[in-house]
Amino acid sequence: MVSTRSVTGTGVVRARRNRADDVAGLGRARAGVFVAPALLMIGMFLLFPAIWTIYLGMTDFRLTGLAAAHTSFVGLGNFTAAFGDKAFWNALQLTVVFVALSGVIGQSLLGFSLAWSLRRLKGWVRTLVESLALAAWVIPGSVNAFLWIALLDRRDGTLNTLLNTPGTAWLISYPMAMIVIFNIWVGTAFSMQLFSSALSSVSPSQLESAQIAGASEFRQLFDIVLPTIKGHILTNTLMITLWTFNTFTPFLLTAGGPNRKTEIFSVYIYKSAIGSGQLGFGAAISMIMLLINLAIALLYMRVGRKR
Amino acid sequence: MVTIGRRKLITLAGLALVPGALSACSSSSKTATNSGSGGTKDVTLTITANAIAGGKNAAEAQWVADWVIPQFQKANPGATVKFEPQGVNDEDYKTKIALDLKSGKGADIIAIDGIWTGEFAQAGYIKPLQDVAGAAVDAWDGWKQIPTAVQGAVSFQGKIYGVPDGTDGRVLYYNKSLFSKAGLPTDWQPTSWDDVLNAARALKKLKGVTPIQLDAGTAMGEATTMQGILPMLVGTGEYVWTDNKWVGNTGGLRDVMNLYRTIYIDEKLGDAVLQQEANGRDSSFQEFAAGQIGILAEGDYFWRSVINPAQGIGTAPMADRDTVVGYTKIPAMKPGSGVKGQDFVSMSGGSGRVLNPNSKNADLAWKLLELMCSPEGFAARAAGTLSISPRDDVNKTLLAKDPMLTYVSTQVLPITSYRPGLADYTQVSTAMQQASLDVVTGTSVADALKTYTGTLGGIVGSSNITNN
Repeated sequence: MVSTRSVTGTGVVRARRNRADDVAGLGRARAGVFVAPALLMIGMFLLFPAIWTIYLGMTDFRLTGLAAAHTSFVGLGNFTAAFGDKAFWNALQLTVVFVALSGVIGQSLLGFSLAWSLRRLKGWVRTLVESLALAAWVIPGSVNAFLWIALLDRRDGTLNTLLNTPGTAWLISYPMAMIVIFNIWVGTAFSMQLFSSALSSVSPSQLESAQIAGASEFRQLFDIVLPTIKGHILTNTLMITLWTFNTFTPFLLTAGGPNRKTEIFSVYIYKSAIGSGQLGFGAAISMIMLLINLAIALLYMRVGRKR
Repeated sequence: MVTIGRRKLITLAGLALVPGALSACSSSSKTATNSGSGGTKDVTLTITANAIAGGKNAAEAQWVADWVIPQFQKANPGATVKFEPQGVNDEDYKTKIALDLKSGKGADIIAIDGIWTGEFAQAGYIKPLQDVAGAAVDAWDGWKQIPTAVQGAVSFQGKIYGVPDGTDGRVLYYNKSLFSKAGLPTDWQPTSWDDVLNAARALKKLKGVTPIQLDAGTAMGEATTMQGILPMLVGTGEYVWTDNKWVGNTGGLRDVMNLYRTIYIDEKLGDAVLQQEANGRDSSFQEFAAGQIGILAEGDYFWRSVINPAQGIGTAPMADRDTVVGYTKIPAMKPGSGVKGQDFVSMSGGSGRVLNPNSKNADLAWKLLELMCSPEGFAARAAGTLSISPRDDVNKTLLAKDPMLTYVSTQVLPITSYRPGLADYTQVSTAMQQASLDVVTGTSVADALKTYTGTLGGIVGSSNITNN
């Protein structure tokens, strides 16, 4: 009896496993036919272009001139050229500063502070602050840029009128600071919204008991709130890092200038590939940018897993 | 996480895919539709230029809309002509049409700056006119009216790629009321750089006035080279390209860079910040029109299309242009120090219109181009704003009406110089702009030129550079 039962038991388990392997009862071949369209699309629009970018990055392809018609293979020449290009390192350095100041520190901190200070507020104040932050996030980048140019204009800019500093060329004298502030203004809404919902997941009873035990607000924040929303912080930082790393909108304010002082990576690629027509070189540095993106994502994933 | 990575990848992939997909189909479509004079089938022709109603080169846009299109459609029933306006800076316009042509698309008739002819032809984007529209091109009677030198503006390696649209010349503009306030003569003709600098020094005493604007930096693009560096360089007796070599760290270029340093750093006679602004050139136009700039080096374009007071023509109109704005030839560094021993110098460019080799109706497009370049066409265009046309017959009758353009065609064109029609030129030009930017932002002339010659070596090879 016992042995029979056990046999039947394994039989049942095996049968279940078979069903789980192939719920629809299709064979490998037929299942393959079903996913083929998707694979084809991925191949066409993802894999092929990626490989094509790698290939382009190894050529001297240009927008105009002889190299446009007769492109030749240069191997890793573009990559060595990039690593030997002062402008490349300049762009990388500026991007790190830009991401750290405007993204990781600026948007996260401001977003969290807003969410934290608004958490108990209800009514019109909250709606107002939220709408203002969201407006900056929702308005198209080109419109944002236009508003900021009007604000910072050297001749009749609003800021110069407000501060009574006629003739101050904010975008020339403090270009990096300006695009950092601009980007914080544009992107804070995301962090604010994300942290708002994260804070609502912190158990109120826990906070109350901490309060009764006499914990200061500061202690509550560090010992209860932050550990609870650690996951959100990580996700937020990852998203913001990648977005900020890839953003192009500062170009609309400064065009990478003056004298490359705001030429962050995306702008550097645009100016090399489209502006000066070096499409092959542009593809190579795009590839480098993609690899950096992947590295950032992997790093965060690893940190996330350790947690 | 995955979605972002993937989205990024897709975007990059998309970017990368475009040229690939486009080059794949660029060799297609060239089918000449027969367009008999009597019954043109329903065809649409498009014209593009960096011109837009109410904005850049508004007069040209207006002329195409009000004269070219109606005239052509009347003469060719069934044909529809569309104008694709652009109103952006020249570099962006160039990128746009290069991408259009690369993708096998684009307007049937495209306006280009003559200096792009070489690199576009080498890339195979444009073809000699005869190859596109056949025998009708040779048969055109207009060629007799266009001097060979003017045809050279849209030629490359001995072949004509387009019909020239005109030429221009560069002068020094000055504000006469500011001059008289500063105690300077209103009929001014400086004969050396020192004369110009002395006038600027006098203007500096006026409050709220920038004495001189000599274009510098990369933000102004080719304007820096054409209005700033090159007219000064020919004033030192050197060309940007001679004997198959490009100008490197030479005495002439050092003099030019020192001039920039004098103006923008040492004596602050110019506004160094403006040279770095993203839209500095337009700002300089606005300031000149507002009487805040004393001396400005520009082409006749400035007179025709910027400070032109006519309704809807100038982008920075000056109602009192004809009485307040003076113009004078650009002096060489010292009398007789210019190229060919000249006392005065200038630089000229040429623009033109090419036929798109991908045009499905090349024959009809040529007819349209003939119409645009006919004497009647130029006459109609002159109603909006007069410019120096490529045609002798037209210039003879029309230019006399405008003293400024008469001045350019009789005084400036005989002493002018041209840029070399070589594909490397645009990159060399960018390197020079960077050198001027370095100087006006405080880098020493020696260091700026060291960087310049390094960049130049990477473009043309160090053996193709003149240093002395």
